Amino acid sequence: MPEEATIVQSDQLISADAANAVSILHLYKSFGNNHVLIDFNLAIKKGESVVVLGKSGSGKSVLIKCIIGLLKPDKGTIAVFGKNVSEIKEEELDKLRAKVGFLFQSNALYDSMTVRENLEFPLRRHWIKVSQAEVNKMVLEALDDVGLAHTVDMMPVELSGGMRKRIALARTLILKPEIILYDEPTTGLDPITGKEIIDLMNDIQEKYNTTSLIISHDMNCVRMTSDRVVILVEGKCYANDTWDRLQQNKDPKVKQFFE
Amino acid sequence: MVLPAEIRSFLSEAGELSRFTGRFFSQAFRPRYELYEFTRQCYLIGYSSLPLIGLTSFIMGLVLTMQLRPSMVDYGVESELPSIVGIAIVREIGPVISALIFAGKIGSSIGAELGSMKVTEQIDAMEVSGTNPFKYLVVTRVFAATLMLPVLIILGDTISLYGSFLGVNIRGTTSSHLFWTQVIDSLAFSDVLPAFIKTYFFGFAVGIIGCYKGYNSSKGTEGVGRSANSAVVVASVMVFVIDLLAVQITDLLGLN
Repeated sequence: MPEEATIVQSDQLISADAANAVSILHLYKSFGNNHVLIDFNLAIKKGESVVVLGKSGSGKSVLIKCIIGLLKPDKGTIAVFGKNVSEIKEEELDKLRAKVGFLFQSNALYDSMTVRENLEFPLRRHWIKVSQAEVNKMVLEALDDVGLAHTVDMMPVELSGGMRKRIALARTLILKPEIILYDEPTTGLDPITGKEIIDLMNDIQEKYNTTSLIISHDMNCVRMTSDRVVILVEGKCYANDTWDRLQQNKDPKVKQFFE
Repeated sequence: MVLPAEIRSFLSEAGELSRFTGRFFSQAFRPRYELYEFTRQCYLIGYSSLPLIGLTSFIMGLVLTMQLRPSMVDYGVESELPSIVGIAIVREIGPVISALIFAGKIGSSIGAELGSMKVTEQIDAMEVSGTNPFKYLVVTRVFAATLMLPVLIILGDTISLYGSFLGVNIRGTTSSHLFWTQVIDSLAFSDVLPAFIKTYFFGFAVGIIGCYKGYNSSKGTEGVGRSANSAVVVASVMVFVIDLLAVQITDLLGLN
């Protein structure tokens, strides 16, 4: 166990459930013989920004895909706003997903749609009842938030990598989510664009008071966005503390990330 | 007894495809119905394939007539050329050739499109956006392919017969009225109906195989290419298998 890191106990998670945006208890997930998550526990309070740090292939992306219901855990509980994601019905899961934004590592913009259509898609699919004028306003507002209102009628292929990331973020924002899950938000971007995305994430957090769960191994991103850092080692929540305290930690498994 | 790896892999793939088809039927007739996307796919799949199927059908009708003519002349049955070509096109060549062209164009395009959506996480993004991606992407495309191919084949057969009319008149003189009368008189209900019914199965096979290959694509961009390629190969083979089964069934029902 790391010397100074705070280890979150399972009973703490249960008792704090009402105050938590996300509570994960005894989560197990395997792919064949590859045990990716082993008794993983984590609680995220409303408005908090938590970064999950881990090596490539350590199961970070699997973790957030389990949270949003894209993957089913083998065992354990994932509660988002108190609702167990793996047990609720499809309609209820869709309603829950409207409150949770997901920024994909590859942006996942629909190639065959314009930027406007990409942003309108979640609004229409979640049956949000608004007029076309209201939809247009929401699209432009989300694009304004990421500083790309002029790209509204462009196709994703016409945009640079950084712009695509911003548009993906705008699509995530359009439903005004209470939680945003970021999967490697700065991967594949140059340092300057990466910094712009980090600033944007912080601005969004401040403006909308969202809860954020960020998956990353970019230490700049981790340092600048985290209220708390969770280190994922061998499928477990190995350490859980603030950036400053973890940086001082002498445990070799923690230290390797800060060297 | 341990089966060879190739056979095990084939059986496993067949099992997966059957399960995928089962999933299609379990989801296809339950709301929410994606009518707008279905209409859009009908337009994309049907309209975009028409020029290619029209061109190949026309050439096929023309060439078939020109190739048959010398033999027909040798046997002294040149006057039966419109009837023979009409039966050949409507019963067999028209549906099969058009289905193969359709498999090449639509099977590969569905395989590549869904494959690239899969590897770039667009399918996951759809699910997160409150959409059942299987219904939105697979059910709509399979229905569109199933319904559009018969329409394309009817149009293709007609264009092919126009090609044949031209072929007949290159070396001889047959009036349009005589040509069409001979073609229509030679065709019985038992020629047209089985040929028409099997086209729905061809369309379904092309749609479901293209979607299966694309939806289960993996290993990045290389996997997308592989999905598109194997969608065409498997769908083309399936067209022949269905054709073989259709002939046997038609035979058993005494429609031949």
